Amino acid sequence: MSIFDFFRTPKKASAADQAKERLQIVLAHERAGRDSPDFLPQLQKELLDVIKKYVSIDDDKVAVKLDRASGYSTLEVNVELPAPAKGAARAAAGKVAAAGNA
Amino acid sequence: MAKIIVMTSGKGGVGKTTSSAAFGTGLALRGFKTCIIDFDVGLRNLDLIMGCERRVVFDFINVINGEARLSQALIKDKRVENLYILPTSQTRDKDALTEQGVEKILEELKKEFDYIICDSPAGIERGALMALYFADHAIIVTNPEVSSVRDSDRILGVIQAKSRRAEKGESPVQEHLLVTRYDPERVEKGEMLKVEDVLEILAIPLLGIIPESPAVLRASNVGMPVVLDDKSNAGQAYSDAVGRFLGEKIEHRFVKVEKKGFFDRLLRRTA
Ligand SMILES: Nc1ncnc2c1ncn2[C@@H]1O[C@H](COP(=O)(O)OP(=O)(O)OP(=O)(O)O)[C@@H](O)[C@H]1O
Ligand SMILES: [Mg+2]
Repeated sequence: MSIFDFFRTPKKASAADQAKERLQIVLAHERAGRDSPDFLPQLQKELLDVIKKYVSIDDDKVAVKLDRASGYSTLEVNVELPAPAKGAARAAAGKVAAAGNA
Repeated sequence: MAKIIVMTSGKGGVGKTTSSAAFGTGLALRGFKTCIIDFDVGLRNLDLIMGCERRVVFDFINVINGEARLSQALIKDKRVENLYILPTSQTRDKDALTEQGVEKILEELKKEFDYIICDSPAGIERGALMALYFADHAIIVTNPEVSSVRDSDRILGVIQAKSRRAEKGESPVQEHLLVTRYDPERVEKGEMLKVEDVLEILAIPLLGIIPESPAVLRASNVGMPVVLDDKSNAGQAYSDAVGRFLGEKIEHRFVKVEKKGFFDRLLRRTA
């Protein structure tokens, strides 16, 4: 730190600048959430039905999440399988990267 | 062809009713037959702002329920030719505002009027949704303040997804930004968001900037839409906004702090 910094009052962003920045961040998030497609609940239900044909699991063991980045989106599907006959519970997770224009 | 304009904001108390009254009156002053409808069921206020509260006999909900004819509920303004008000109900429940009921009334009004202004309640519940559903234009009333800007963004999302035009895949509702309660002095001090900032964030065309003004309260006290106070900056700003809506090129005023001359300051001190 130079001695001159001592005299310089640091230029703080004005309250209005802070307001603008905070708004830009929160709205970027909210807009992304707003565009999340309506089919997710249905997709989740159908996935569950398919899995149930092979393994018996509870309804809340399948989680589906869509994440958007610029240029592509990721669809994350988490399926928690019941514990095997002996041994600890294990979760199998699968990730499907879906290309799309987010 | 009649046009339906919704005055909406998401957030409460930002100036929707003030703007509906001023904008509607401004359109009528320019010769367009205009009807302003209060959609704020249970919280009737447009009648007070327009100064016709003692002439309300039947209301919007009475007409929807078939208890009165539309012509019985419409109140003709006594000052301005071509201007009518459809007051809302003070007491009944909000479910009274049915989509079919609203549609029927709007269709009937469209035959008679050039412009129909829907003064939306705050929020994104039924009343607000009904007010925006049939709109051709949406005027988004926004204060230069974080929660108002956020809620405006939210209501824009609702318009783009839930309006009839959106549902039917027709050309979208035309959006216009009306920044109200703008205080250039506080903007200059860095205390208030600049209109450019709000514009950059919401990214819709700017219709007008209404300055914070004591004339608004004064006008509401006497039941006069502020646009009729043509000496006030707020009144002039509303009148400009109407002109711009109709396609006139009008520069934005009252956005910079007025430079006070020496004598002005002297007078102000002693006033
Ligand atoms: N430009 C302005 N300058 C000063 N005061 C204003 C201005 N615009 C509105 N106001 C004041 O802000 C308050 C709220 O205005 P108004 O009732 O029009 O808001 P609203 O959005 O309709 O509210 P609600 O969401 O409750 O329906 C009123 O007291 C009004 O006088
Ligand atoms: Mg209101």
